[in-house]
Amino acid sequence: MGFTIAEKILAAKSGRTSVRPGEIVDAYPDLVMSHTATWRSVSVMQKVGATKLYDPDRLAVVLDHIAPAKTEKNATDQQVSRNFARSNGINKFYDVDAGIAHLVLMEAGHVAPGDLIVGTDSHCTIYGSLGALGTGIGYTEVASVWITGKLWMKVPDTFKIILNGKLPPGVYSKDLMLHLIGSLGADGCGYKAVEFHGDATSGLSISERMTMTNLAMEMGVKCAFVPPDAKTEEYLYGRMEASKCYQPVSADADAVYEKELPVNLGALGPMVACPHEVENTKPIQEVQGTRIDQAFLGSCANAKYEDLEVAARILKGRRVHPNVRLIITPGSKQILLEASNTGVFQTLLEAGGMFTNPGCGACAGDGGIMADGEVCLSTANRNFIGRMGSSKAEIYLSSPATLAASAIKGVISDPREFF
Amino acid sequence: MESTIQGRVYKFGDNVNSDIIIPGRYLIYIDRERLAQHAFEVLGEGFPAKLREFQILVAGRNFGCGSAREQAATAIQGLGIQAVVACSFARTFYRNAINDGLPIFECPELYPDVEEGDSLRIDLAASKIHLADKQYAFPQLPDSVKKILELGGLANYLKTQLAGT
Ligand code: SF4
Repeated sequence: MGFTIAEKILAAKSGRTSVRPGEIVDAYPDLVMSHTATWRSVSVMQKVGATKLYDPDRLAVVLDHIAPAKTEKNATDQQVSRNFARSNGINKFYDVDAGIAHLVLMEAGHVAPGDLIVGTDSHCTIYGSLGALGTGIGYTEVASVWITGKLWMKVPDTFKIILNGKLPPGVYSKDLMLHLIGSLGADGCGYKAVEFHGDATSGLSISERMTMTNLAMEMGVKCAFVPPDAKTEEYLYGRMEASKCYQPVSADADAVYEKELPVNLGALGPMVACPHEVENTKPIQEVQGTRIDQAFLGSCANAKYEDLEVAARILKGRRVHPNVRLIITPGSKQILLEASNTGVFQTLLEAGGMFTNPGCGACAGDGGIMADGEVCLSTANRNFIGRMGSSKAEIYLSSPATLAASAIKGVISDPREFF
Repeated sequence: MESTIQGRVYKFGDNVNSDIIIPGRYLIYIDRERLAQHAFEVLGEGFPAKLREFQILVAGRNFGCGSAREQAATAIQGLGIQAVVACSFARTFYRNAINDGLPIFECPELYPDVEEGDSLRIDLAASKIHLADKQYAFPQLPDSVKKILELGGLANYLKTQLAGT
């Protein structure tokens, strides 16, 4: 009997030859990410009286939520994080200008297939887009891994999702994920690993894969993987640190899966998640016509270059509806740079959009807060009550294409008429 | 950690996410009391104060889903809640609760039988929950995890580890 990707990575990182679901192992992560929460982990280190890090090269610190500082308290917290990174010689330190931690770390080549990565953020699952096992932990536990180098982990069962067919024009991996989350539920993959297989997977870009493994979190996964292939190689080429060799990990042909689920991409259409839970998804036909006040093109789920480009293609030569404010928060500085080099930046501005600095932005409750009764359509991954300001505001989630079409019309709209 | 936990129940439904437990704008705090003032406030005015009248939270499936924010567990402790019993927990909340020293138990059988205001007694040694004259078993935690909980959380556990080396 063979092994799944999660089983192989957890075995390798805990010095075992093999592990099976349900076993608890002491695993040593290759990378420990902490974002804006870094100062909290620093305070834990002080509280327990630790002064030494297990391996400073395994730490990555990125200041992304609420960046640059909005209040004096933010500024002080960021100062603590910055000083910590400096005094401990953390090379993988990215300040408030860099963007969202997940995207920044992948762009910089700090994430390799087969790696085990933990961090202070639930959407660490996104690292599975490159074949790494990424999962979220709290700030106390991050401090613990900083000091001891390890943490206990339970080996998860794995679900295999088999993608066949081809996404129709105007339909994206965001729609696939909203479809899956809606049908499986917010805990449909609770504690599980997910692997995406099937002929259609190799056709999906790395950006689409990032959206998939990011959104997988919203069905409760511990981690999610797209097995590395030629596209992964191509993405990593020239990005990986020269010193770092990696071994792509793939599942054995006779690996044991708890469940297998085939999906025909050709049958999918645009999907929207309605307030106030991501699992509350509906096909676009059932929600089109809903008024929106704000459109937010942002977050680690869908503010990558490709996402901005899709929106720009629809918005080119058109105007955002006068009753809608379109806020674009690029996922990283690199993405903003690319958008400005290719003209996407200009197109979106000319269409009536506004840009904020790269980072989490409105997704973390920074610029782009909603008032009572307002409605936001967002490309992020969560629409929980109160997440973007007033608890009497409503958040709908969609793909960047649906967002662009809706921003033009002023109501939630089907993007397929623009294709 | 006491060997028995006793108290009155407040009951939630499924998928109570960590944005509901503590909204993102309060993550600038890590102090229990401060966080507790805003715990569950999106559910309506006076909610944090009301919850202080209860000692045990009972919830449906997937309690604590969403964000990995540890303050969700901290805020619940700040309210004076002694334990959370749910049909299931989201994994990040599960870890954070243990690491914060908040006892949590998975017991789906209890859920349909319990109502707001009921009195529960959780017997840790016997792994049983008592509701009136009925008993419900819950799975024991792994030993390594139990140790963290017994010491009141991961920070204390680390402290003892560091003192020992
Ligand atoms: S963009 Fe949103 S979901 Fe992603 S890390 Fe930032 S706050 Fe979290």
